[in-house]
Amino acid sequence: MARKKNRMSTEVNAGSMADIAFLLLIFFLVTTTIASDKGILNVLPPKLDPNNPPPEIDLNERNIFVIRINSNDQFLIEGDYRDNTEGLDEELKAFILNFGAPNDEAAGLYNSLPASLKALSGRKPESSDHPGEAVVSIKTDRGTSYEKYLEVFDLAKKAYFDIYAARVNLSTDEYRALTGKNDAEESLIDRGKEGIPMAISIAEPDKIGGN
Amino acid sequence: MAKFGKKTKAEVSIPTSALPDIIFMLLFFFMVTTVLREQEILVDQKIPQATQLQKLQKKTLISYIFIGKPKNTALYGTEPKIQANDALIETPEIVQWVNQERDMLPESDRGGITISLKVDRDVKMGPISDVQDELREADARRILYASIGKVVKN
Repeated sequence: MARKKNRMSTEVNAGSMADIAFLLLIFFLVTTTIASDKGILNVLPPKLDPNNPPPEIDLNERNIFVIRINSNDQFLIEGDYRDNTEGLDEELKAFILNFGAPNDEAAGLYNSLPASLKALSGRKPESSDHPGEAVVSIKTDRGTSYEKYLEVFDLAKKAYFDIYAARVNLSTDEYRALTGKNDAEESLIDRGKEGIPMAISIAEPDKIGGN
Repeated sequence: MAKFGKKTKAEVSIPTSALPDIIFMLLFFFMVTTVLREQEILVDQKIPQATQLQKLQKKTLISYIFIGKPKNTALYGTEPKIQANDALIETPEIVQWVNQERDMLPESDRGGITISLKVDRDVKMGPISDVQDELREADARRILYASIGKVVKN
């Protein structure tokens, strides 16, 4: 008759498993660099064709919000000297949504805006006609630091994203996180942008203070 | 006299048998997220901060350009240099580099190539503008100013 043998204990000692795992864990903790593919997206203008120069477009001065940064990182915003960018995003929003002289299309756009954005519209004759015409122009010198430039560019983007997000009832962070990977997201993005193009112009830097 | 009888202590040890499992879980997380650096960065990289960050849907479309002061200033000087892949290149070579990068992508994706500019915050706009001109020349016009999130104080 088969009798249950009193086997010797064959279990592997697993007590040091945690130590081994810890060692590996620490190795990966040290070597890891969590890939950061985040940044501010920008699309450069197409290259100039010498045989086919771009048409000269005359814009009224009131339709351009001029931000200049000199090589000492000082700002000249709409003709006024500043040394920081505080409140710039709000000014930009007021500029974009000014609706000083809207055409029929822009008047329709104005009526479609939520109340919070309508409140920003100043209807000032010396500011932009309507969002379709408004251009934010950023001009730097070659000696301007990249950090300042990015700060201003960031604020200009923020102004537009704030407007887009408010139109579709999302927070700015939620709107920015939309990637258009499905139709619902895409239509949200389009509804936010409709009629308000993101017109941020980056001028060729002046040859001052750099190399 | 009071009796100091030895109290029978309650068993207070926490069960640690699940510890290896927890550690393994952490281990796997780091193993999956880790990217072993395949290239050595030859220039300074203090990435500036920004708030309006966006993520790209397709990571395979991104190629990286690093711009900053060389780490080895004795060899390369102190002027900002451009690093693509694992070598320092000059500004005019960018077009060629972009074309190489583009050729490595599948044909259907070539139009969507995105250049991530990882620029040190101390670099001036001059070199950046030159690089952007070259990228326009190479028709790689989608760029990403790599930056890290800024904590906004309210």
